Amino acid sequence: MASTKQLPLFESWGRYPRLQAAELAPIHWSTDFPRQSVAPAQLPVGLGRSYGDVCLLENGVLLETSGLDRFLAFDPSTGILRCEAGVSLAQILDFAVPRGFFLPVTPGTKFVTVGGAIANDIHGKNHHVAGSFGCHVRQLELVRSDGSSIICSPERNADWFRATVGGCGLTGLITWAEIQMRPIVSPRIDYEGIQFHGIDELIELFKSNSGIEYTVAWIDCVSTGANFARGIYMLGDHSDVPAPLVAGGKAKLNFPVDLPAVFLNRHTMRAFNEVYFHKQFGKRVKSLVHYEPFFYPLDAVLHWNRMYGKDGLLQFQCALPWEGGKEGMIELLRAITRSGLASFLAVLKAFGDIPSPGMLSFPMPGLMLALDFPIREGVSFKLLDNLASITREHGGRLYSAKDARMTAEQFQAFYPQWQEFSRYVDPGFDSAFWQRVTGRRPIDG
Amino acid sequence: MGEKNKLPKRVLALGATSGIAEATLRLFAESGANLFLVGRNAAKLEAVRADLMARGAASADVYTVDLNDTAQHPALLEQAVQTLGAIDLALLAHGVLGDQEAAQADYAVAEVVLYTNFLSAVSLITWLANYFEKNHAGVLAVISSVAGDRGRKSNYVYGASKGALSIFLDGVRNRIDRSGVQVLTIKPGFVATPMTSHLPKGPLFAQPAQVAKGIVRAIERRSDVVYLPPFWELIMLIICSIPERIFKKLNL
Ligand SMILES: Cc1cc2nc3c(=O)[nH]c(=O)nc-3n(C[C@H](O)[C@H](O)[C@H](O)COP(=O)(O)OP(=O)(O)OC[C@H]3O[C@@H](n4cnc5c(N)ncnc54)[C@H](O)[C@@H]3O)c2cc1C
Ligand SMILES: NC(=O)c1ccc[n+]([C@@H]2O[C@H](COP(=O)([O-])OP(=O)(O)OC[C@H]3O[C@@H](n4cnc5c(N)ncnc54)[C@H](OP(=O)(O)O)[C@@H]3O)[C@@H](O)[C@H]2O)c1
Repeated sequence: MASTKQLPLFESWGRYPRLQAAELAPIHWSTDFPRQSVAPAQLPVGLGRSYGDVCLLENGVLLETSGLDRFLAFDPSTGILRCEAGVSLAQILDFAVPRGFFLPVTPGTKFVTVGGAIANDIHGKNHHVAGSFGCHVRQLELVRSDGSSIICSPERNADWFRATVGGCGLTGLITWAEIQMRPIVSPRIDYEGIQFHGIDELIELFKSNSGIEYTVAWIDCVSTGANFARGIYMLGDHSDVPAPLVAGGKAKLNFPVDLPAVFLNRHTMRAFNEVYFHKQFGKRVKSLVHYEPFFYPLDAVLHWNRMYGKDGLLQFQCALPWEGGKEGMIELLRAITRSGLASFLAVLKAFGDIPSPGMLSFPMPGLMLALDFPIREGVSFKLLDNLASITREHGGRLYSAKDARMTAEQFQAFYPQWQEFSRYVDPGFDSAFWQRVTGRRPIDG
Repeated sequence: MGEKNKLPKRVLALGATSGIAEATLRLFAESGANLFLVGRNAAKLEAVRADLMARGAASADVYTVDLNDTAQHPALLEQAVQTLGAIDLALLAHGVLGDQEAAQADYAVAEVVLYTNFLSAVSLITWLANYFEKNHAGVLAVISSVAGDRGRKSNYVYGASKGALSIFLDGVRNRIDRSGVQVLTIKPGFVATPMTSHLPKGPLFAQPAQVAKGIVRAIERRSDVVYLPPFWELIMLIICSIPERIFKKLNL
């Protein structure tokens, strides 16, 4: 029955680049690693929700960690959860919400693993009050390809902790981690949406609402003139009115096919942005919503990335320091609007000043912009390269988890600590990303 | 939905580190069951125990033994009864797929597959059937396989071990069902567990969590034989209805 042994392609979320691994090695038990026979380089992967090439390795062994899905200990009096690294944030929510706890930090999808969340030191809408995911990791176990185990925390083996948090899977396999959860009394979010026009208005909103736990802005990157940089500023706090603690549902839809790329064009995007902006009638809207649509509106459709067609998509995500950040942001938005390539998923947020624990962590105090682009021959790469240059001119940096394009030279300027970091890289590990940003793999186009 | 039995509370799991068993035990842990977990690898057993305790098991004890050592079975089963107080459900899940090509070339390889999947199970089932019969209660749930329904060239050694197991269970059921004991034969199709991790995953593969739900449902409904996912019953009906003179020429 299973005679044709064709290796499935492990894809990142952007489905670009497409690189064939030599082997997909499922890790079900922490004792499955290190493996008996390892010739080529290896790399742990979670659920492939990174956009670019941090979770890819051509001709290497991908260690698939989603079988490491066990909870190891939970203390309801402190909210400390210890679990294996392949446990997904969705599984944690199903477990923790009925027990009155929530994730300390969550990205825009719950289909990421704890290992992936640590390795990219991910951030959420509460960065300004909670910092990055790594700020809530109390300790973790790192197993190296020579079989040695390092338990590390902000206090113990602190250098290994700083290298592994945000370390893009290069320092070894994270087998388990201990996370400080936050208590909740309701699964609901007190939500408010406010329309804004222009960056000045938006920055004002961020500054005046810094006490609200979750803040983010959706921004229209299509409209010009009077509507340039309009959007909706979204705020939320965990409701303090006790309510039955029910976790969110499963994905209801699955995007079945690759959509032809022509579907996403200037006209459909303009229409979408128009509808989205006016979806909210009036300047301010308040409501009480379940956390699921508030945090994970896109998770309702599994594999929505197929909407971008077979060629895939790229994400651009940068952080700019406050100093000159506003001007930089306007320049970026102008370049994006002019290109006509913008999609509807543009998000802007103010990062707070809680330091991230990782050597290569992305967040920095200032402004953050993220948006998706379809890959279009000849134009998308040029635009991204231009945006990277603007980011660099304004003292910002790009997010490795979302990137497939920055050059070695750019990366090394964005992350000057990279040389210190490289001393912690496991000699048996490598990734397409690491090959690229250390100048060992060329960039297309 | 029909009449539902209460979920058994005191559960003995043989081969508790199996992917299917683990997923099933999670559902029992969530219902606050007392668990006695048997496996041959202490490190894996400990990870499973910790997970089941975190998920809400009232207790979880482990026992490390190679189940091919049938001489150890009485001691281990007595220990389980002593620790749990009594056994309401025994789930037999240990098994090996084996390498068909190696097994058809060398009887010694085939013997391990037959011993693990059939004879060690016979030893456990014999003791457990007598135990449950004496108590006039209990559930004996055993994981066999759709592969036991008909021999195919790609895995007939494994298939024979499971086929023998299914027939043995039919007989045991015929004997002790009337004493109030449920004997459940579980026949999964392809399930994504370590056993099949070397196989490319097609659309016929089920997740262990999905199979686990089916097992619990079959226990609640007091079923005799269950195919999981249920569509395998139809597939096997078709496969078993193909005349042998045609079947022998197929590449299955
Ligand atoms: C819709 C969507 C929204 C998103 N929103 C956000 C957001 O708001 N904020 C944000 O920060 N990110 C966001 N992301 C990105 C995502 O959170 C990160 O890319 C995350 O790291 C993906 O986790 P994963 O489990 O899929 O890991 P993968 O993408 O498979 O791997 C990510 C990295 O983790 C490493 N890794 C995985 N497991 C281990 C392990 N056990 N040990 C060591 N290294 C390991 C890999 O080597 C790789 O370098 C979003 C992504 C999507 C698709
Ligand atoms: N996966 C499928 O597609 C599929 C389909 C139909 C039926 N089944 C049956 O389902 C059952 C569970 O299998 P699974 O899919 O969950 O695979 P699995 O995760 O590989 O589980 C098999 C388990 O059996 C244990 N085991 C094997 N020999 C043993 C011995 N001598 N003593 C003690 N433990 C022993 C293994 O222990 P170690 O971990 O220590 O090796 C392992 O935990 C098996 O009976 C299998 O035949 C599986």
